[in-house]
Amino acid sequence: MTNQGADVNPLKDRTAIVGIGQTRFGKGLEDSELSLACQAISAALDDCGIAPSEVDGLASYTLEPFREVEVARSVGLGDITWFSQVGYGGGAGCGVVTQAAMAVSTGQAEVVVAWRARKRASKASRPWANVAQRIEDNGQWSRPWGLLRPVDEIAILTRRYMHEYGATRDHLANVAIAFRKHANNNPAATMYERTLSREEYMNGRWISEPLCLFDNCLETDGALAAVIVSAERAKDLRQVPAYIHAGAQGIPPQHNTMTNYFNDDPLMGPSWAAAKGLWRYADLGPADVKVAQLYDAFSPLIPLSLEGYGFCARGEGAAFTEDGALEWPHGRLPTNTAGGGMSEAYVHGFNLVLEGVRQIRGTSPNQVADADVSLVTSGEGVPTSALLLRK
Amino acid sequence: MSEFLLPVDDDPLTQPFWEACARGELRMQRFTASGRYCWPPRPMDPVSRTLEYEWVPVSGLGTVWSVAIPHPPLLPAYTDLAPYNVVVVQLDEDPALRMVGNVVAAADAPLNSIDPHAVEIGQRVRAVFSPVGDMFLPRWVPVDT
Repeated sequence: MTNQGADVNPLKDRTAIVGIGQTRFGKGLEDSELSLACQAISAALDDCGIAPSEVDGLASYTLEPFREVEVARSVGLGDITWFSQVGYGGGAGCGVVTQAAMAVSTGQAEVVVAWRARKRASKASRPWANVAQRIEDNGQWSRPWGLLRPVDEIAILTRRYMHEYGATRDHLANVAIAFRKHANNNPAATMYERTLSREEYMNGRWISEPLCLFDNCLETDGALAAVIVSAERAKDLRQVPAYIHAGAQGIPPQHNTMTNYFNDDPLMGPSWAAAKGLWRYADLGPADVKVAQLYDAFSPLIPLSLEGYGFCARGEGAAFTEDGALEWPHGRLPTNTAGGGMSEAYVHGFNLVLEGVRQIRGTSPNQVADADVSLVTSGEGVPTSALLLRK
Repeated sequence: MSEFLLPVDDDPLTQPFWEACARGELRMQRFTASGRYCWPPRPMDPVSRTLEYEWVPVSGLGTVWSVAIPHPPLLPAYTDLAPYNVVVVQLDEDPALRMVGNVVAAADAPLNSIDPHAVEIGQRVRAVFSPVGDMFLPRWVPVDT
């Protein structure tokens, strides 16, 4: 990759993720999202040894049900001089961290906490089931015809992808099985004790053909948080810093969120736009990435992301998954090494950020040897973001 | 009986589309300056950045671009008919003009009136207008080729 302008890029390696914290993952946890957020943030601050009074920046998702003021009151934060939220659900995660890095590298804040807390595991909280009968937003062009859930929207893209490139359910199974194997080594993962065979995958009940149960992410209650400070400060803290080498957000031209069917090339999704920004100022390219956390609300997002971020050519993402390519320890790109959204927890991808950090620290349940460059991506199919971490 | 979802019918931007559907016509937004069709409709022409457009009749002929087959859990009205097909149809007028719909046996036939597994990418279809609540939704019937 070329390195044009990298020496003047104010973001590159200027900041680091120095603290991480998470709650347990579960279904029907009694604690509120606010309580879960506070627990994760408190754990992340303890992880790096920074006092709550030093936190002066907050970054989160627009979908966060509790805002900065509530979190700050409970955790006992000091003066907050910068705060920001990123939209589009699962597309936000790496953007939240990237914006935090921008705030620290430009001096708007010195210690930023980024978080996501979510209770999704109760039926009543499924957003697609709570729509008004008259639809005003973009869904007015799809939902009346029974394309109701995110899985239905992605099923449309998946069928087309299979048709154009010869991808099969076996390829999707490669994704689901790889991530499940990783979760089986991760005691914190929801699916720690439940294995998944190819036969079980193939017999999984349909959710939206061509996608079955095992092509879907989990429904999880839980929260995660990360602490971002300057590279100088990071050196004095107790954990191995995960330096933020590059971060980017992306919306491609003529994009439609989730129902991205109405443009010239619907299979060229937001990953492509975020990848452009990510690699533009990086000293590194896809070939340097030792381990990846790719957003996996649905299994077909993995081949689409592999293509978008440049790990293979157009149409080759499904074939890339063959021969255990995504599996730790021998695959050529161990991916979602804590189990991802499909087998660890689905907390809008913020668990992927933390696993990306653990790989740099050397503390992953499926630790990749010499993991000095770690990629994390957020939701494909929606305005998205990505993060390149380095040791 | 449980109810289907419907789009808003009082948005000035989209009202002419739904009024045409109620008359049995498929019309598409086309910007005057560039001649570009746009779907979904929008206020500004992304080519010329002008605001003038008209709703022009199109052939109503298209090709199935993709298909999904939802299974429960779904909203009750849809659960009653699942599994059913949902298609994206590419209109003959412009390959980027794609509409979400269903292939049905006839305008007034239910969502599951055709075996969903019989719907295939590349299949030729023609627009029909199905009464749903107080509106008419464009759906698609197979065209013999």
